[in-house]
Amino acid sequence: MKNIDSGNHTTGKSLYLDDIPLVAGTLFGAAFISPVAHGHIERLDLAEAAQHPGVVRIFTHRDITGENQIGGIIPDEPLLAEHEVDFCGMPIAFVVAETDEAARAAVRKITAEITPLPIITDPRVAQAQGELIVPPRTFQLGDPERAWDQCAYVVEGSADTNGQEHLYIETQCAYAIPEENEGLKIYSSTQSPTASQRAAARVLGVPMHQLEVDVIRLGGGFGGKEDQANAWVALCALAAHHLRKPVKYVLHRLEDMQMTGKRHPYSSDFKLGLDKDLNIIAYESTYYQNAGAAADLSPAIMERTLFHATGTYFIPNVKATAFSCRTHLPPNTAFRGFGGPQAKFVMEAAIAKAAEQLGIDACVIQKQNLNKTGDEFPYGQKAVSESHACWHKAETLYDVEALRQQVQDFNASNTVRKKGLAFMPICFGISFTNTSMNQARALVHVYYDGSVKVSTGAVEMGQGVNTKLLQVAAQTFSINPSRVRLQTTSTNRIANTSPSAASATADLNGKAVQLACQAIVQRLKEVAAQELQVPEAAVELRDEKVLVHGEETALDWKKLVTAAFLKRISLSEHAHYATPEVHFNKATEKGHPFAYHVYGTAITIATIDCIRGTYTVDAVKVVHDFGRSMNPNIDRGQIEGGIVQGIGWMTMEELLYDHTGRLRSNTLSTYKVPDIYSVPKEIAIEALQTDNDNLAIFRSKAVGEPPFMYGIGTYFALRNAIKAFNPDSPIGFNAPMTPEKVLLALYPQPATGVKVTHAQSVSHVAVS
Amino acid sequence: MIKFILNDREVSTALPPGTVLLDYIRYEKNLTGTKIGCREGDCGACTVLVGDSCHDRLRYRSFTSCLTPLGNVQGKHVVTVEGINTEGLNPIQQAMVDESATQCGFCTPGFVMSLAGFCLSDKLPTQQNAIAAIDGNICRCTGYKSIERAAARVAQLLEDRNGTEPAEFVAQQQILPRYFASIKERLHALAATASPNGHASAQEVQRVGGGTDLYVQKHTEMVETANHFLLDKSDLQGITREGNRCVIGGAATVTDLAESAVMQEFFPEFRPYLRLVSSTPIRNMATVAGNFVNASPIGDLTIMFLALDATLTLSDGHTSREIPLRQFYQGYKLLAKTPDETIASIRFALPDERTQFNFEKVSKRTHLDIASVNSACCLSTRGDLITAASVSAGGVGPTPMFLAKTSAFLTGKAISEELVQEAAELAQTEISPISDARGTETYKRLLLSQLLKAHFLTLFPHLSPQELLQ
Repeated sequence: MKNIDSGNHTTGKSLYLDDIPLVAGTLFGAAFISPVAHGHIERLDLAEAAQHPGVVRIFTHRDITGENQIGGIIPDEPLLAEHEVDFCGMPIAFVVAETDEAARAAVRKITAEITPLPIITDPRVAQAQGELIVPPRTFQLGDPERAWDQCAYVVEGSADTNGQEHLYIETQCAYAIPEENEGLKIYSSTQSPTASQRAAARVLGVPMHQLEVDVIRLGGGFGGKEDQANAWVALCALAAHHLRKPVKYVLHRLEDMQMTGKRHPYSSDFKLGLDKDLNIIAYESTYYQNAGAAADLSPAIMERTLFHATGTYFIPNVKATAFSCRTHLPPNTAFRGFGGPQAKFVMEAAIAKAAEQLGIDACVIQKQNLNKTGDEFPYGQKAVSESHACWHKAETLYDVEALRQQVQDFNASNTVRKKGLAFMPICFGISFTNTSMNQARALVHVYYDGSVKVSTGAVEMGQGVNTKLLQVAAQTFSINPSRVRLQTTSTNRIANTSPSAASATADLNGKAVQLACQAIVQRLKEVAAQELQVPEAAVELRDEKVLVHGEETALDWKKLVTAAFLKRISLSEHAHYATPEVHFNKATEKGHPFAYHVYGTAITIATIDCIRGTYTVDAVKVVHDFGRSMNPNIDRGQIEGGIVQGIGWMTMEELLYDHTGRLRSNTLSTYKVPDIYSVPKEIAIEALQTDNDNLAIFRSKAVGEPPFMYGIGTYFALRNAIKAFNPDSPIGFNAPMTPEKVLLALYPQPATGVKVTHAQSVSHVAVS
Repeated sequence: MIKFILNDREVSTALPPGTVLLDYIRYEKNLTGTKIGCREGDCGACTVLVGDSCHDRLRYRSFTSCLTPLGNVQGKHVVTVEGINTEGLNPIQQAMVDESATQCGFCTPGFVMSLAGFCLSDKLPTQQNAIAAIDGNICRCTGYKSIERAAARVAQLLEDRNGTEPAEFVAQQQILPRYFASIKERLHALAATASPNGHASAQEVQRVGGGTDLYVQKHTEMVETANHFLLDKSDLQGITREGNRCVIGGAATVTDLAESAVMQEFFPEFRPYLRLVSSTPIRNMATVAGNFVNASPIGDLTIMFLALDATLTLSDGHTSREIPLRQFYQGYKLLAKTPDETIASIRFALPDERTQFNFEKVSKRTHLDIASVNSACCLSTRGDLITAASVSAGGVGPTPMFLAKTSAFLTGKAISEELVQEAAELAQTEISPISDARGTETYKRLLLSQLLKAHFLTLFPHLSPQELLQ
């Protein structure tokens, strides 16, 4: 089945927030933001801006009727700065005017006098100064202290990954419309309607029932509209609450890039020990997460880093420690993989370094140490592993020996171009690691004409969740999918939702839909049994027919639904699903946090141009653990998209903050994401189809985040190609691998002296 | 009053001609299929098609509507996604659906429009050309492979076109709505009633070519100031040959340059270089002269034409004068030009059989990106001897640079690996790169050195890369 939205997407008929017809009298907001990363606000001058034609009112923290607080996990993030600014881009005032242009023009007339305070941008510096968001955490297995003695080989090193801008093409936005009795209906482009509702209610000081958050769809999210969508909802709600007028705010791209947090940059240390047979005996890793100025989701992301410290490998002795470090960058946030990819990169760097020292191919160590069913993760859960199955299938299906030979032959016969090959096995846990969030609800109505409407807490952001939910309803009722419609995601219909995140949205909401439909089916069967005067056990609903002992009857779906209604039987159901089996004890750092794991193996081949330092990815060949895909079209799209986003993170996507905490890569002309020419020439995806029972909806394993990590293979393939040209290259582990890093690794340069900068040239490169 | 055909309706508006087309489409006409992604021409979510009559042929080109002033669509046919919708899905849309080439959908109308633009162009119907048409569209969800597959299907739709005029063919085949067949006549009728863009007063007027940089750098001012639109001025069109010289009109676009018969005859290798310049819609809008006047230290075309030793004809409307491009830059964004002057034309000598040209550019992303360093090289040789050399480089100083010393050094010398290495070292003394978002100073110095070597390895394949790259 194709994505149910695809027709409307291609004709431009799909509605996004900025497409909603305006309510008469709508006002437009724009934020005045801190131009510096850290400082004390001495004076804020709003007078001239307030006089600008069209300006209705300018809001500051003084206008907040509830609490000036939008922090989700930890209350450490004011909506509007009071006395201090903590990052460049922090909102200080919110201008509301009759037009968007007037609001923005007025913002330019606001001035603030800010006394600078010391700025930290480096997480290791923050850690050294005790600037931590939460206390550090350590996951441990076995006895790593003693294990080092058993190791024949030990390597140590560090590995850094930069952040990543989400670059959803639809920028952040919100639109609040007053309703009677002080209520507000708020349209938002959020992955987390309840979090937005809660944040706005807290800021206004009103009960949550006074606010409805409604989400039609997102023009991309990737984690960037999880907690980061709350500020705009709260700002528009605040203004609409005071003015009793509709207020809308759609961020410009520059504002969005300056004001919002991104994937966390990490700086990490590793120590890896192997025995003489290349079994990994011990692993120690320390992660310095650059959290930015406030917690946002950083503690949860840090936790997932620890969960994925050992990647796809079984290591008997592990000690993994993580620090969430407070710096003066915008609060960093969720992004596909949620701290997992950062951990995975460190693990793979450690293996690559060990392989280099031993003079062997990294894949020898990788393959040897893949986890097996029954192996224990450092957090206590036992693996149900497909890692060997994926690896072996990839090796044989893609004829790795031949690929390797091709690479060797190419490198032997080319001087100015070199190829590199790398394996990337993945293992990703599915569930919110915060156990309480693993719950969902669905509301299913069967109308008496036989049509069906489904509401859940799932937010459609391109991942195809609505299509999968529709499939669940149609299959459970055994009716034509055209009878089913999905509703927008509204906190009025479904309360207390978990965000659409953690790859678990289809599982959680799908199971809830399934339960709701099953309950209705049960009642319909009872009605059918009465109508046909047969035992209920003999009744079956199949392909819109009512069967008795497998034989068709005069009853069909429509007639049955009508009969049930006339008998005053409920045709609606609100069902609740909570993932069984999952639990985790933070005191012991042990438990069973994941419903299941997703596995896979990717083989990446990349070619570098050794004159210019540029490169192409020739192929990414994958065997992926789908379980049993309920929608191969959608799942393939998730994998291809995840791979390319992962490659972007590892190659061209480079966030540049200067030492004053200002983002220099703040536009699409300075921050580059993959275009159609930079993607791998070939992406091959083969399913590892398994029939094992699992907790996924219809046994179709979650597919949102895991493929992102296949992209890490590109980093190591490029690294291998560099080594093929210059075996003595001192290249370390520092992603992304930009063309600059490649060229400097091919031709290491002596350090140069003082750098001259003339400011004019900087402004030219659109860094404003 | 600006008049044009929007989809199948003639429209007129009294909005300031500096207003961007995107805002007009979305907020005046409520056609919300055209999306806002970046407002700087870098994502393609706002792509529309603009059709005009050119040498009695109906010509459509894709534009990013975020950088298009209304003044630049006067008398033309503007097509949004709503204007290509048919009963049910059109075959382009169907191809996107069939290949699951849409996920969040926000970028999708832009892709569909670019593909429609491909169907309306006379490019050969290959998958490669269909993909080239969407080189200005960014998708963050799909990873593009499904879009590549859809592009192949779209190319197949045109297989039987043969010589039919594209607009006629797509209307006949119901690839696009039937009204496309009548647009040619309607544009002629419109031309009879619509006045060309008026000449604003000479004082405090912002001259606008394609607007692709002006609307990025000073979007707000552009809407409000009195603009003088140059793109459609008839005396600034065309790329012609005069003896051994090529003359490029001041309003010729980068696409015009790529498609010019003169350039293709004398410079068959030029077209691939231009693929490294921005994206299809930006090339459709941006003018060669605009690239010069923009004075970016890394303007790709500027770097090319510095090596080609182009001469500019500047005109203030009354008198005109000539100035070599190499003398045009006096400092960062400082031009040897009075505010009243515009570039009327650009001239350069067409290469003879002994002259070779090469352009190199490295950026973080190969396509649709601004160079970290770019360089062009024009060499005339007799046997092994370099009889004339001119080398230019961008991104290595406050202005686009002609490397005079390096060029002089090469002239009269015999080609060898040592010569190139010495030239690369000499070039280091001419440049003053800085560290910025496009790379560190160390990198830019190394990169220029490598690009100079790349020029020679490309033009003289007998040189040994091992020796050269040591």
